[in-house]
Amino acid sequence: MADLSALRFKNQMFYVLLAAGGLVVMAGLFAVYMMESHGHIITGMNNQIVWGLPHVFAIFLIVAASGVLNVASIGSVFGKSIYKARAPLAGLLSLAMLGGGLAVLMLDLGRPDRFIVAATNYNITSVFAWNIVLYTGMFSLVLIYIWTMMEQRMNGWTKPAGFAVFAWRFILTTGTGLIFAFLIARQAYGSAILPPMFIVLSFAWGFAVFHIVQSVIYAWNDKTLDPEIMRSKKNLLGVFVIGALYLVAVYHMTNLYFSHKTGFENFILLDGGIFPNLFWWGYVVLGNLVPLALIYVPGLGKGKCVFMASSLIVLGGFALLYVFIIGGQAYPLDIFPGYEVSSTFADGQITEYHPSIYEFLLGFAGLAIAFLITTVSVRILNFMPKDKPYIAD
Amino acid sequence: MSDLNTQRRQFLKTTLGAAAVAIAPGMLLFDVAHGNPQAAASGKVRWGMLVDINQCKDGCNDCVTACNKENGLSGGTKSTDPQWIRKISIKDVSTGHEQSLPMMCQHCEHPPCVDVCPTQASFKRADGIVLVDRHRCIGCRYCMMACPYKARSFVHEPLENQNPDVPRGKGTVEACNMCVLRIDNGLQPACVEGCQNKAILFGDLNDANSEIAKKIQSVASVQVRADLQLNTGIRYQGL
Repeated sequence: MADLSALRFKNQMFYVLLAAGGLVVMAGLFAVYMMESHGHIITGMNNQIVWGLPHVFAIFLIVAASGVLNVASIGSVFGKSIYKARAPLAGLLSLAMLGGGLAVLMLDLGRPDRFIVAATNYNITSVFAWNIVLYTGMFSLVLIYIWTMMEQRMNGWTKPAGFAVFAWRFILTTGTGLIFAFLIARQAYGSAILPPMFIVLSFAWGFAVFHIVQSVIYAWNDKTLDPEIMRSKKNLLGVFVIGALYLVAVYHMTNLYFSHKTGFENFILLDGGIFPNLFWWGYVVLGNLVPLALIYVPGLGKGKCVFMASSLIVLGGFALLYVFIIGGQAYPLDIFPGYEVSSTFADGQITEYHPSIYEFLLGFAGLAIAFLITTVSVRILNFMPKDKPYIAD
Repeated sequence: MSDLNTQRRQFLKTTLGAAAVAIAPGMLLFDVAHGNPQAAASGKVRWGMLVDINQCKDGCNDCVTACNKENGLSGGTKSTDPQWIRKISIKDVSTGHEQSLPMMCQHCEHPPCVDVCPTQASFKRADGIVLVDRHRCIGCRYCMMACPYKARSFVHEPLENQNPDVPRGKGTVEACNMCVLRIDNGLQPACVEGCQNKAILFGDLNDANSEIAKKIQSVASVQVRADLQLNTGIRYQGL
């Protein structure tokens, strides 16, 4: 009977979680309604900071949605069995985060009601327009991939579907990086290193999100992850974190080398107020060094440590994107190199940005959408990783 | 049999007549809406401006005022207020030399805003004027990120008392349209007319006999951020 009461509690808990997620989504929709009726004047965005906090949430979710598929790819493309067992959950998380991220991106538009215009007027030179194809393609491919894995008669198609997803997500994250790489005039962007940097960041963030969700599912079902599997996964997570940190360092080092970008780098890394703090303390220390210590220091690296490390990696990701997106716009655009400039339109000035409550509500609604899709799907379908006793491949 | 034929012919006549009556006003309105096809923008023309900075006085805001009046802008300078044209004061860091100039959409031949716009709302007319189709703009602001001149503004709040000739819309992006309606009616852009110092010369860059083309040949002029090779329609003299 004790078991039954525990089951009842979990049942109730599930509906409480659904209600909580639903409330956050509703709050986000309220924010959208307010932004639509009053205009973006009620946000912290302006004519200098044109992309704000919603974009930080959206881009994190979209990049992580691509990266989480790495778990699936290692299984289907490289044939590692412990990852194969996790591929359906990875696919689900990818769909959930893509859904959440795209919802935020769409609802932040000045005219989200013109969704159909975006779908029917296509500019082939626009990387945004490419991304519309990349996102919808990814959605369809991952759905097919999950189907081939969960429907036994389709199992034979899992490998080709896995390969297609593997290739598609690389192109997708390249597309996300290109949104910024193609901005030729801005000191913060316009760099060919951005697409590879986003790809490696996606590995780290996707893996971290996967680990968080997997830990929660195991705890919910009173299961423990095989220590050998944990060891393999946390080591890979560490490698991805180091790889991402390396590319972020190269991005800043190359900027520092170009004299016309040193002013911007000084702003981001040294004297830009909140931005250097978020970069060094938020991203480098809390988002990289502490997680690496939690993963690699002898005696640590157990379940709770890796969970904590994964959570910090996610927070560090948000810090990095805030610095990259907001900081990149806060620093003045250099229209007249070699001149000091001033105007009524904030030329030559650092722009202040204070995100409003509506932006937070919209951003969290994106997370809540991903949460709801995951929670409901995990409840009604079998996404629990099915591990055999661990044998190294 | 012949009676049946007459009835059939009568029916066909009536139907054709009714169809003609139904379509005619539509055709007429279509013609009114699209005007005379000969008046369409011509690819042979490239509208442009030459700004003589030596004539542009620091503290003078006449071009901005004229633009605001023409296009129904509030003239506000909050960070969320649209500004289609603005005066920028520049100071050479090495020499200390100070100047002032108007900055607006540079009407590039290869406009980054048009490249990045996902819906083709940003477009370049055949005569080189870069415009935003407000019915197509979804308000993604990617063009604002891409513009090297920060020439574009987003409409952050509902608008009142609009100029009916220059419709604008909350949630869309806008910029200097070179007073395209005035140009189509044979007039000069408002900023050109409003400048008391005659610092802005407007005309067809492609017409070798135009005043602007002759002047560009005879005086040194530059494009802002010429390194980006966008071939702007706005040139500056004395920069």
